[in-house]
Amino acid sequence: MNLFAQGFAWIFDPANNVGPNAIGVRLLEHVWITLLTVAIAVVIAVPIGLLIGHTGKGRSLAVGVSGGIRALPTLGLLTLLALWIGLGVQAPIISLVILAIPSVLAGTYSGVEAIDRVTVDAARAQGMTPWQILGRVEVPLALPLIVGGIRAAVLQVVATATLVAYINAGGLGGYAFSGIANQDYAEVLGGSIVVIALAIAFEIVFAALQRLAVPAGLSAGETRRNRRSTRSSAPRASTPVEGTHP
Amino acid sequence: MITATTRRLAATIAVASAAAVALAGCSSSDPLSSGGGSGDSDTIVVGSQAYPSNEIIAELYAQELENEGFTVKKQLNIGQRKAYWPEIENGSIDVFPEYNGNLLNFLLQSDGEDTTTETTTEGINSALADALPSDVKALPSADASDADTYTVTQETADEYGLKSIADLEKIGGTISIAANPEFATAAYGPTGLKEKYGITGEVNQQNDSGGPLTIKAIQDGDSQVADIYSASASIKTENLVTLEDPEHLVPANNVTPIVSEDLDAKAADAIERVNELLTTDALIELNRQNSVEQKSAASVAKAFLQDNDLL
Repeated sequence: MNLFAQGFAWIFDPANNVGPNAIGVRLLEHVWITLLTVAIAVVIAVPIGLLIGHTGKGRSLAVGVSGGIRALPTLGLLTLLALWIGLGVQAPIISLVILAIPSVLAGTYSGVEAIDRVTVDAARAQGMTPWQILGRVEVPLALPLIVGGIRAAVLQVVATATLVAYINAGGLGGYAFSGIANQDYAEVLGGSIVVIALAIAFEIVFAALQRLAVPAGLSAGETRRNRRSTRSSAPRASTPVEGTHP
Repeated sequence: MITATTRRLAATIAVASAAAVALAGCSSSDPLSSGGGSGDSDTIVVGSQAYPSNEIIAELYAQELENEGFTVKKQLNIGQRKAYWPEIENGSIDVFPEYNGNLLNFLLQSDGEDTTTETTTEGINSALADALPSDVKALPSADASDADTYTVTQETADEYGLKSIADLEKIGGTISIAANPEFATAAYGPTGLKEKYGITGEVNQQNDSGGPLTIKAIQDGDSQVADIYSASASIKTENLVTLEDPEHLVPANNVTPIVSEDLDAKAADAIERVNELLTTDALIELNRQNSVEQKSAASVAKAFLQDNDLL
């Protein structure tokens, strides 16, 4: 029989959907670990990214440090942390946060850096405080790229969270570990299919979020020239800016 | 630009095809692929698992074979049984240090059968002889055993007065056992524990084969019992207590060389000579030098052979 058919048969076998190792339970754990990890990464990386993007300082330091930590193999880091702080979900969460931070950070500062400086100058010329510039100009304009960074992080984390099961702390990875050990390849494949489906579901949700994150009056793919000719209200903000540009 | 690229491409293709031809030439003249082979050009290929202790044993065999004048090629560190076993079956590897109990269960499971109910060295070896494919055979097992065990920390042993697996009932409730995923489905896992000792156990699945994470689980109290291999140096270095197994729950797992059927008789003698020296204590000491003193498998093996006047 086709291995894929076996994998799907494994997923829909009622025997694999009971008890603490049920697919549903492991799926929820996986979703929870992924969302918690990325939420922590966002809380840490977005403010730093905004600061770097806003001030234009510390970029190379942040890139170097986060990239350097990112280069640590997650499984090794997880093992090391588990030996240090104990088994349980903390060690894998920390390892995955370290994995997620660089994407979110890069999305954030590059989102802010990509904003036309003229727009920021105009906001300042209108008397906005630095906080107002950040909150009303930079964050909304950078939001699509920030969400893009989070989207990349989610994809990495949802795939890598399979390693959490290495120390028996939950998630969908346990099926791969036990399936390989027990030569049950339907289990390995079935578990992997669930992870893939989850990753695709997250992709769809975050792709939609990324589209929603584009501020009104600034939709992706439209050039400034197009907007001026097709819309009458939107360009008003940018017109005086371009007019004052030397 | 285009010509430079094309020239480079052509050169690459030329080198690749030359390499392919050369490799094809090698393989067609490879005396091992046919299994037969004659004369002094024979090379004996010795393999090992990606398991340091196994690598040391492979080094012992390989160095003794070299000492006997055989040309030896080492293919060490080839991963898990699933990865290397086909290489043994097809004759690419001639000598492999194996473990009789676990190998038997692997062969049975590969054929879709249940794991063995035999527990003694003799019982397992006779079942293994039946399960092995026709082109390979097992040489006599060493005294050394690297079997799964039910192991606790000294503190747990003292607290509950544990000596044998049967004493685990003093802890009460469900016993958490930190072990590899294989343990959960093995006959000597929770199912056998219930059958032979009437004790309920569940597996805390740690995937490092009795390594630091598994030991951490019992030291931190996440689990009461850990599956630590009996030849592991950490039983001594971490002050652990291996529980006795009066009901023979865990099958024997003696070091057993698996060799190709047509291996030179002199070579088989050399391997058996080394094997006779391998007791569990000797193996633990070799493992300790390797894992604690950080000496290479090759140098640990060499020193052992010299100490025993084989080199």
